Amino acid sequence: MSGILNSSIGRKFAMALSAFFLMFFLLQHFAINVTSVFSADTFNETSHFMGTNPLIQYVLQPILLFGVIFHFVMGFVLEIKNKKARQISYAKNNGAANSSWMSRNMIWSGLAILAFMGLHFYDFWFPEINTKFIEGDMSGLLADGSGYRYYEELQHKFVDIWRVALYCIAFVFLALHLLHGFNSAFQSVGANNKYTKGLKGFGKAYAILIPLGFVIIALYHHFNHIS
Amino acid sequence: MNLTLKIWRQKNANDKGKLVDYKINDVSPDMSFLEMLDVLNEQLINKGDDPVAFDHDCREGICGMCSLYINGEAHGPDRGITTCQLHMRMFKDGDTIFIEPFRATAFPVIKDLVVDRTAFDRIQHAGGFISVNTSGNTIDANAIPINKHDADTAFEAATCIGCGACVASCKNSSAMLFVGAKVSQFALLPQGKVEATERVLNMVKQMDEEGFGNCTNTGACEVECPKGISLENIARMNREYLSASLKG
Amino acid sequence: MALDSKIPKGPIADKWTNYKNHIDLVNPANKRNIDVIVVGTGLAGGSAAATLAELGYNVKAFCFQDSPRRAHSIAAQGGINAAKNYQGDGDSTYRLFYDTVKGGDYRSREANVYRLAEVSANIIDQCVAQGVPFAREYGGLLDNRSFGGVLVSRTFYAAGQTGQQLLLGAYSAMNRQIGRGKIKMYNRHEMLDVVVVNGKARGIITRNLITGEIERHSAHAVVLGTGGYGNVFFLSTNAMGSNVTAAWKAHKRGAYFANPCYTQIHPTCIPVSGDHQSKLTLMSESLRNDGRIWVPKKMEDVLAIRNKTLKPKDIAEEDRDYYLERRYPAFGNLVPRDVASRAAKERCDAGFGINATGEAVFLDFAAAIQRYGKEQAHVKGLNENDAALVKKLGQEVIKNKYGNLFQMYEKIVDQDPYETPMMIYPAVHYTMGGIWVDYNLMTTVPGLYCIGEANFSDHGANRLGASALMQGLADGYFVLPYTIGDYLSQDIRTGKISTETPEFEEAEKNVRDRINHLINNNGTHSVDYFHKKLGKIMWNKVGMSRNAKGLNEAIIEIKALREEFWKDVKVPGTNEEFNEELAKAGRVADFLELGELFAKDALMREESCGGHFREESVEESGEQKGEAKRDDENFAFVAAWEYKGEPSEAVLHKEELEFVDIELKQRSYK
Repeated sequence: MSGILNSSIGRKFAMALSAFFLMFFLLQHFAINVTSVFSADTFNETSHFMGTNPLIQYVLQPILLFGVIFHFVMGFVLEIKNKKARQISYAKNNGAANSSWMSRNMIWSGLAILAFMGLHFYDFWFPEINTKFIEGDMSGLLADGSGYRYYEELQHKFVDIWRVALYCIAFVFLALHLLHGFNSAFQSVGANNKYTKGLKGFGKAYAILIPLGFVIIALYHHFNHIS
Repeated sequence: MNLTLKIWRQKNANDKGKLVDYKINDVSPDMSFLEMLDVLNEQLINKGDDPVAFDHDCREGICGMCSLYINGEAHGPDRGITTCQLHMRMFKDGDTIFIEPFRATAFPVIKDLVVDRTAFDRIQHAGGFISVNTSGNTIDANAIPINKHDADTAFEAATCIGCGACVASCKNSSAMLFVGAKVSQFALLPQGKVEATERVLNMVKQMDEEGFGNCTNTGACEVECPKGISLENIARMNREYLSASLKG
Repeated sequence: MALDSKIPKGPIADKWTNYKNHIDLVNPANKRNIDVIVVGTGLAGGSAAATLAELGYNVKAFCFQDSPRRAHSIAAQGGINAAKNYQGDGDSTYRLFYDTVKGGDYRSREANVYRLAEVSANIIDQCVAQGVPFAREYGGLLDNRSFGGVLVSRTFYAAGQTGQQLLLGAYSAMNRQIGRGKIKMYNRHEMLDVVVVNGKARGIITRNLITGEIERHSAHAVVLGTGGYGNVFFLSTNAMGSNVTAAWKAHKRGAYFANPCYTQIHPTCIPVSGDHQSKLTLMSESLRNDGRIWVPKKMEDVLAIRNKTLKPKDIAEEDRDYYLERRYPAFGNLVPRDVASRAAKERCDAGFGINATGEAVFLDFAAAIQRYGKEQAHVKGLNENDAALVKKLGQEVIKNKYGNLFQMYEKIVDQDPYETPMMIYPAVHYTMGGIWVDYNLMTTVPGLYCIGEANFSDHGANRLGASALMQGLADGYFVLPYTIGDYLSQDIRTGKISTETPEFEEAEKNVRDRINHLINNNGTHSVDYFHKKLGKIMWNKVGMSRNAKGLNEAIIEIKALREEFWKDVKVPGTNEEFNEELAKAGRVADFLELGELFAKDALMREESCGGHFREESVEESGEQKGEAKRDDENFAFVAAWEYKGEPSEAVLHKEELEFVDIELKQRSYK
């Protein structure tokens, strides 16, 4: 068991496990966001619960952070190692003949997602941490105390058309990343046989529908606010 | 057909190497790709130039000796074949064809298009066998019935010719299709299960030491493999490895 | 020196067992002090190297390819024979023995063939234990198919890649020993001489094909498993690198060369398409299980097909000449290879060849597709009269059986064999002749052994399908490891063999001089130029049918070509680098000597037997009119040639063949 992370297959497995975790998180994140379209109150209540429940804040949140960082760092480590495995590149390489663009460019879609996460943290996560843990305001209420602040803040962020555009582009990259990543993670943990054929379609659906959902939510709030 | 060839020339392992242009005329569409290179070499020798070195032997797609990265693909643009089975009818008059060696740090160039693939052999030395003596005094061949599906799947994995196209095609130069095929062949058969744990751990360890990259499941290897070895073999190796790691 | 075949006394069925019970053995502690060199890593060399290492000897193995796994055994398609009688169709050790001797046209040594048949069953057990994935039936047991020249199904197979699977089995056994350090493997090394010290083979000289370094390697015994010499014809089904060099060097150092003219011309190969052709591709004999061979009956149809104005499938059934079924009703399309090849040549010589060169016949699967399609429709309860459905179902069955071969054919010829019959023509495939060995597989040089296709032993004048794999593995796994022990038991006190002796010195100098000559020759023609010329002479005058006039001419022409080669060959580059032209030049130089001995042997053998057909020796009358005529009274011997300088001066030694357990009969497949 020892040293498993030093082996190529061990690292591949670890990438897959962190990916599963992140894909599950994404699903959960989406489920909460989608409530904002139907009911501001539900969204507010769920957000407040997620934002203040100690189990989530002190246990799950650090795990999530670790998962995100691990996935990125390992992704870069692997990329560097893989580059070393071929020091002279081909003068002519026809990658499109045998593999998808997504599979060959995970590092770039990943980097785009990383950049987006910077923005996302700047928009939501840093202010949250600041309000709750630095200023010590765990109430989740608006400044005037008239109700929960979460829905209001959400709407406010989607006013700027450029931010919405960046948001949409980032989710296109996420979709590309997932189009390869979803099934790749299953293959990495060894799930590729006659029983898993159905997973392929499910993976594609997940990779397209979830990011599309996020995009629709963003657009909904943008136009909803304007009108 | 008249063609322009851009061929990698490199005197020896220490030389830097470069692409050199050659013109070749009157190529018959019925020629195999290697026969076209034979004609080129005949011309070079007659001119007093050094012929292009390339690996080849059986010329019927089974020995795994021929290689070549042709127009950006291992064994060229056709599917399910090796370079020796590639025919010139796949190209058009006036085409420019890039011919490069299989590239990977673990496959250093020996000369021109000839590379050293002994890394594959060393992986096999580490565990590509069943530890049974060759005395012939084993049990009767029919003593253990083997499910036809398993036997056929093991056979399909075993048809790997060890050419290295998987490594050459992989953007990461990963050897996992090759190793996965060998691990699978034995893992699927009752005879091979006995030492399955040691086998997969040792072979993967050697594979990593040889400097091959990590598999990111692009699937390029499966597409370019002349024998159509399936990605399922990599998944099976992953499973075997993980369970072996937990046991061992 | 009189030839002593050292056949053990006693009844044939007990010879091998008695022999094993009485030989000297080397104890395990002493084996550690004994080195053995094995040259070649095909089925014979690979299995021998693995087994010897496993017994405890220190083995050094050599191959010219980049890995032992590339040896040309890998290309064998159809299968491997073994007298397992799993099908319960009357097979037995005796019947395999009988079929092999008969198939070889009574020109093989009974005791060797019996031993081969005896150990054949062990091979299958061994290979299965090693993880060779043979084809199986739904019940999980091993499947068999039938091959030419026999009446039982005893051929084990792994789709059309049996040789590959068996070689990978032997290679895996080698890997295990390489991993343990008991085999030291030398890839990309070519053997260029045998070193004989005090009358015993004690080492070899090799060239490292990457660096050009000339190396000395010593051992207590040397084993050659270096394959056949079919490439003397330039075009053959052999790999490009297959060569006679190792065997020829052994011959020059005193090993007799036996029956060089016995060559197998395989009936089902893809025809030559043009001058650029570098090799010929075999279509497995197993295709003759289902394919029917024919040419048109009418000359106008032949011409129309050549002009592409008529499609083969449009020729009516009654206008087709299924000549094998016509001439040999008992065996039909499954006659032995030599018979099928000659019959194709006979039709093509008569002008009925169906391609532009006039050298091709049809191998047609339409009937089999119909038959299987109807059967499948019946099994599945579908309409047996629906022609399209029957065809589709039939094609699926054919695809399952021969898919890889059909794909290979389509890639090369650019025609779809499911729709139109294949075109095939005979091509050089295997050489039954080779280095003479006694019952111990030892050559006439003590301590020098020869196994597999490289020796002459078990197939007589014609080899049956699926027997080459059997012989290679039998020699390497089960015969040589015993017989060599008997010899090495004398060597337990010898100690390491030094390479710093005058004999090694002389051998190395020889090798260097020859290389320097080739490199500095600065002639005008490439190596291939000479090789192709040699191939043309061989094919036209020493090929499928031979006569005294042509053979005499061939001898003169080959000699002249050899002289021209040494004067005018051009080898670019230097010795101190990867230089394939240099390696090829050395091989072709040896082919140019062998070719002459080959023709000389064919000229001497004034009879027709197996693959050797002399136009002067045919049945003049009776039921067998026109068939090959053997002359047992004058030619029931092995012709073993001793080297005396020029091939023309080679001295003939005869090993008379005695047939005690099989009655000499005319081989009839009618």
